[in-house]
Amino acid sequence: MRVTIHATGLGLLFLALMFLIGSSLAFAVEPDEVLDDPVLEARAREISREVRCPVCQNEPIDSSNAELARELRLVVRERLVAGDSDQQVKNYLADRYGDFVLFRPPVKATTYLLWAGPGLIFLFGGVGIFFFYRGSRRQKAPVPLSSDEQKKLNQLLTDKNSKGDSA
Amino acid sequence: MIAELGQFAIIMALLAAVVQATLPLIGAERLDSRLMNSGGQAALIQMLFAVLAFGCLTQAYIVSDFTLLNVAENSHSSKPMLYKITGVWGNHEGSMLLWVLILAVFGAAVAAFGRNLPATLKARVLAIQAMIGVGFLTFLIFTSNPFTRLVTPPLNGNDLNPLLQDPGLAFHPPMLYIGYVGFSVAFSFAIAALIEGKVDAAWARWVRPWTLTAWTFLTGGIVLGSWWAYYELGWGGWWFWDPVENVSFMPWLMGTALLHSAIVVEKRNSLKVWTILLAILTFSLSLIGTFIVRSGLLTSVHAFAVNPERGIFILFLLAIAIGGSLTLFALRAPALKAGGIFSPISREGGLLLNNLLLSTACATVFLGTLYPLFLEAIGGGRVSIGPPFYTNTFVPVMIPLLLLVCVGAHLPWKRADLLGVLGRLKFAGLATIIAALVAWYIADGGPLLAILGLGLASWMLLGTVSEWADRIKLFRAPLSTSWQRAINLPGSVWGMTLAHGGLAIAVAGMIATTAWKVEDVAVLKPGETLSVFGTDYRFEGVREIIGPNYAAVEGTFVLSQNGEYMATLKPEKRLYNVQKMPTTEAAIHSTFVGDYYAVIGDPDGAGGWTVRIYREPLVTWIWFGCGLMVFAGLISLADRRLRVGAPSDKKRTQLTSKTAEASS
Amino acid sequence: MNRKVLFLLPLLVTITIFGYFFWALTSPGRDPKKLPSVLIDKPAPAFDLVELEGLNVPGFARQDLTDNGKVSVVNIFASWCIPCLAEHPYMLTLGARDDINLFAINYRDKPEDALKWLNKHGNPYHRIGRDPNSRAGIDWGVYGVPETFIVDSAGTIRYKHVGPLNTGDLENIILPIIENLQEQQ
Repeated sequence: MRVTIHATGLGLLFLALMFLIGSSLAFAVEPDEVLDDPVLEARAREISREVRCPVCQNEPIDSSNAELARELRLVVRERLVAGDSDQQVKNYLADRYGDFVLFRPPVKATTYLLWAGPGLIFLFGGVGIFFFYRGSRRQKAPVPLSSDEQKKLNQLLTDKNSKGDSA
Repeated sequence: MIAELGQFAIIMALLAAVVQATLPLIGAERLDSRLMNSGGQAALIQMLFAVLAFGCLTQAYIVSDFTLLNVAENSHSSKPMLYKITGVWGNHEGSMLLWVLILAVFGAAVAAFGRNLPATLKARVLAIQAMIGVGFLTFLIFTSNPFTRLVTPPLNGNDLNPLLQDPGLAFHPPMLYIGYVGFSVAFSFAIAALIEGKVDAAWARWVRPWTLTAWTFLTGGIVLGSWWAYYELGWGGWWFWDPVENVSFMPWLMGTALLHSAIVVEKRNSLKVWTILLAILTFSLSLIGTFIVRSGLLTSVHAFAVNPERGIFILFLLAIAIGGSLTLFALRAPALKAGGIFSPISREGGLLLNNLLLSTACATVFLGTLYPLFLEAIGGGRVSIGPPFYTNTFVPVMIPLLLLVCVGAHLPWKRADLLGVLGRLKFAGLATIIAALVAWYIADGGPLLAILGLGLASWMLLGTVSEWADRIKLFRAPLSTSWQRAINLPGSVWGMTLAHGGLAIAVAGMIATTAWKVEDVAVLKPGETLSVFGTDYRFEGVREIIGPNYAAVEGTFVLSQNGEYMATLKPEKRLYNVQKMPTTEAAIHSTFVGDYYAVIGDPDGAGGWTVRIYREPLVTWIWFGCGLMVFAGLISLADRRLRVGAPSDKKRTQLTSKTAEASS
Repeated sequence: MNRKVLFLLPLLVTITIFGYFFWALTSPGRDPKKLPSVLIDKPAPAFDLVELEGLNVPGFARQDLTDNGKVSVVNIFASWCIPCLAEHPYMLTLGARDDINLFAINYRDKPEDALKWLNKHGNPYHRIGRDPNSRAGIDWGVYGVPETFIVDSAGTIRYKHVGPLNTGDLENIILPIIENLQEQQ
């Protein structure tokens, strides 16, 4: 579902008034923001793709048209020019807006489960499958088919082959 | 009048659904064939009334009847006719009506095509299907009535969100819904099987075409949405792991797992409990998707109007549907007989591994989508989970899956010789290394992971092709024999080959656009040229154009390489009259090796315009590959042996199920 | 282990998840669009903002929060922000008190617009600092206007309110916090 229907009526009005900070038609990185140093600019783009715009719904500052996003893009570039590392820039923003602005949640006590989750689920499933195989092996040594069953099987197999079955 | 007729129709549909949900169920208990047969008639009646209701709402949109609240809020008389019609489902109420309509159509289809189903199974499936219908029709009538009248109708409407006024998005919701809702049939079959306490090969054979139908449409719907985001949102991306994207992707992952596990049930009468669980979970995820999009639970770029009251109502429905079915599962599934045994290295083993990886992938997406909510609930603060998380978790799960696709397809049933299979893949392996080296050479180095990723995609493609070549004995028999064998390959085999090949091609496209995308932004004055990655974009200037319900600025770019003319791009920036909302219309020149993508932005006030240029290598492969998967689904559906309820040979089906029982 | 427990697992997981959904839908005041401040109980950031010329109140700097031993209310406002007007009467109420500081950061505003706005609606603020490029706002973690902070006399941020204040907010939240902080001193 990728339908975009915003809150209607009063809700929309309120939101618009509260958050629409001088909306212009501008969007994403503007030419006047771009740094002269291509290496720094590339780092800035990389960082701003991983920073969430606090006023938008779910957009990185890199592609957001909100004024605040633009301001944050400039802050990112200022910090880089001042010699910050990528991580320092992200920390700078997280110190002010919280981990919420980081699309890559930092690994800490509250996110251990998140980062370990996929691995744990895989392990859990893997262990389940292991027991499934062990159980099915112990459960029964293949019982030889009765002659009746063998007949049916043969019939089936010839039937199958004649139709080029598989998949 | 037409609105009242529509109102009447949805109430009648609800009544029909109530009948369909109860009588056949009682009939199946008492083995009363008259009661059981009433299910089919009720399903047909329910569908006819749902069609009538939907037709009434569509009519109201076509004639711009602003006495209806829904039309006034979401339409406008100056809107082009196409978008008047597609606007019917461009809002919460209308899309819910479409949801209910599709559900009723699937119910009626089961009734119509399921002539060969055992009477009790059919009656129960229809009853379960109707129970879902009762829930959602109630929801529609009591919280989201599209036929509410306005006492003082406005002169004109609020118009449809301009972003939705686009052909790609116009048909995205119906396809997506056919996918979501289509999984309800597999769900109903699973519940009916739990009630009957019997799952066998025949059951799997009946379920597969419905699952395949849903899967095919869901694939198409997701791709259409992704394609729309790519060309309409103007940022050159096609997937952002947004919650709303994720909720459509989760049923897809689970549904794909279900498609594969159902094969094991059908061919080997094994993995029955797991397949039942998958059928329940796949539809549950579809329901949860519907819920999340409409409840305002999570923030997303694309969500419906937020209404907590509706959220509680759907949550209640979900609790009954999902909670009820899983309770039944916990009670009845342990009694299902275990099926045939197999070694870990076998076709079944491969499909089981496929299921483990797909389920892990789905759980990862689920975790990433809902973790912020869980953390907030336990007071752990707010976090955002975006693309970097999925790159680090989802992608590693997919790598072994893609790696093993062609290996698994080569494995025989029950027990296999892995080395022998790998030996048959040695040419594919060799060709893969060459392909990766070529990619490395063309890309002039580049990220090592992306090169390896392209190698992975070509391995998957070549392995799939070699498996197909094996089947038709290509180059090992006279060409005419191979040709004959190819023609005789069942649709489902063609489907498998095309779907796996399509996935490989799409994966190559995804990797290439992600790794080698080039982007530039500049202010250009008319006559100036911007050079991006060896292509010159000469900006010719702008002109104003007036559309039916918008005004736009259109820029013209002439593309050339080494002075040789390539294409002319005319991106637009539109401002829609009613909602005063600006949209970008990117201009794209698509080629086999990638897209040339231009967006026009704002004037700088000194004669220059902001322009954005993207070079998207191999992006077309994504659409082509996914299109191939949809096509593969259709081919597979055309397989005579899968054609709904019409096995080629009745005796054979009975035999299969009997033998299956005997061996279990 | 009883094998049947395994079959209950999907149900148990689902119940847990639905519990969270229910919580998220019904917990009062939960608004996914509102972002809690990470600056609570942290010292206010450093800043030094120039005055709004033409108005008889001085500019506003970090030091002013700790100078006179009073609890401070710091309001972020702008003339273009319509909800700011809605909460203005409450600012006038707060500004009339002399046992607290009422400071303002004029956020992304043109000075002439801000001046006209304050002259028209009255100036309740004891100090106003101009923040034309929102750098101070970013240091305060401001993401929408209006926002209102309560800072204790030691310069520690104690509370943040996002959106316009209404009577209930003022009487049930803001004033009790101020009183509480005053008592602690």
